[in-house]
Amino acid sequence: MTDKTDRAENEIDAGRRDFIGVAAGMTAAVVAPGVFLHSVAAAPRSEPVNSDVRWGLLVDTAKCVDGCSACVEACNEENGLNLQTPPKGESERKWDTQKAVWIRKVKLQDNQTGRITNLPMMCQHCEHPPCVDVCPTGASFKRADGIVMVDRHLCIGCRYCMMACPYKARSFIHDETSGQLTSVPRGKGCVESCNLCVHRRDYGEESTACVDACAAEGHHAIVFGDLKDPNSAINQQLKEIPSRQIREDLQLNTGVRYSGV
Amino acid sequence: MAKVLLRASLVAVSLVWVLAAQTVLAAEVKRYVVEGSRAAELDSCVEPTERMRRMHFEFIKHQRISTVHEGIRGTKYSLAGCVECHISYDGQQPEPINQPDQFCGACHAYAAVDLNCFDCHASVPNPQGLDAEAQAAHRAAGVEKLVQSGRNGEGH
Repeated sequence: MTDKTDRAENEIDAGRRDFIGVAAGMTAAVVAPGVFLHSVAAAPRSEPVNSDVRWGLLVDTAKCVDGCSACVEACNEENGLNLQTPPKGESERKWDTQKAVWIRKVKLQDNQTGRITNLPMMCQHCEHPPCVDVCPTGASFKRADGIVMVDRHLCIGCRYCMMACPYKARSFIHDETSGQLTSVPRGKGCVESCNLCVHRRDYGEESTACVDACAAEGHHAIVFGDLKDPNSAINQQLKEIPSRQIREDLQLNTGVRYSGV
Repeated sequence: MAKVLLRASLVAVSLVWVLAAQTVLAAEVKRYVVEGSRAAELDSCVEPTERMRRMHFEFIKHQRISTVHEGIRGTKYSLAGCVECHISYDGQQPEPINQPDQFCGACHAYAAVDLNCFDCHASVPNPQGLDAEAQAAHRAAGVEKLVQSGRNGEGH
């Protein structure tokens, strides 16, 4: 009798083992891709942005190379600005001044010493942005996390903000657009400017297109990060090297800082 | 007895017809759902179909404020979501969804509403999800233009 029971129990055990083995395998197969996917793509934001963070950039002009425009090109690609085409019959010179540009490469020369400084100039994401002050519709606004941007649903294209901006950072879309990117809707009659790759922020990515491109070129001239986090890379750098805000006399407290100017 | 049998068989036949009609209706409704997309596996959109038909503009209108101003991207309502599931293809090429014979454009033309969502928003799914390498490959193969929108549906 005992023999019989033992055998029966052994059979049950074998069955159980098989079952547990299969179950474990199935669980691993089902769960593993989820874990893997989770680690690759962060979930899109589901809570409103808050002022616990303030996004900013630090540009080390000593590392910004003359003739390099990797950041500008990356920005154009990221935001679909490279899809712009000039209107028929537009002269190239006029088009160059009218097409939307979110980052400009600026070259400064000190006429007394001859020292040349290169820097990328984009929206400075002011704490007290003049473009927001002058906007009649509330389209130009500052997000809680410090990003200054345009709500194109509200923009009427009056271009007051372009006049108000001391950094010449904003562009106007004069013509109908086509081929926009899903992540960057843009169209005729609205003003636009750098928004610190806001779609990347909302999907939890770590940097901006310009920062990535600069690093890929090996220059590492731009650092992106949270100005309110004392341990962030940008704050460590700001602590270490001397930096300035451009037109600090206007007391706008810009989120984009430059060193070596 | 014969009468009862006849009645029963008539009821059965009519039931079959009703079921068949529903299946046909369902097939009609699903016409614009991309095969293999998330929508193809679902019975209805993010809300019941009737509610979607009447309210979809309300959903995305309010949602746009939370997205632009508060950065909330994880909501179930999204214009990009409409495009992703309801786009149809002419061969390999996606048809801009606002064209008068497409999912958004057809109904908007019928209801005589003139919207300009797709003046700014992409009217075809586009390859943002692809990595840089795949995008470069697309460009090299010259199929990049296939995934760009046109503006020729709204504003008739």
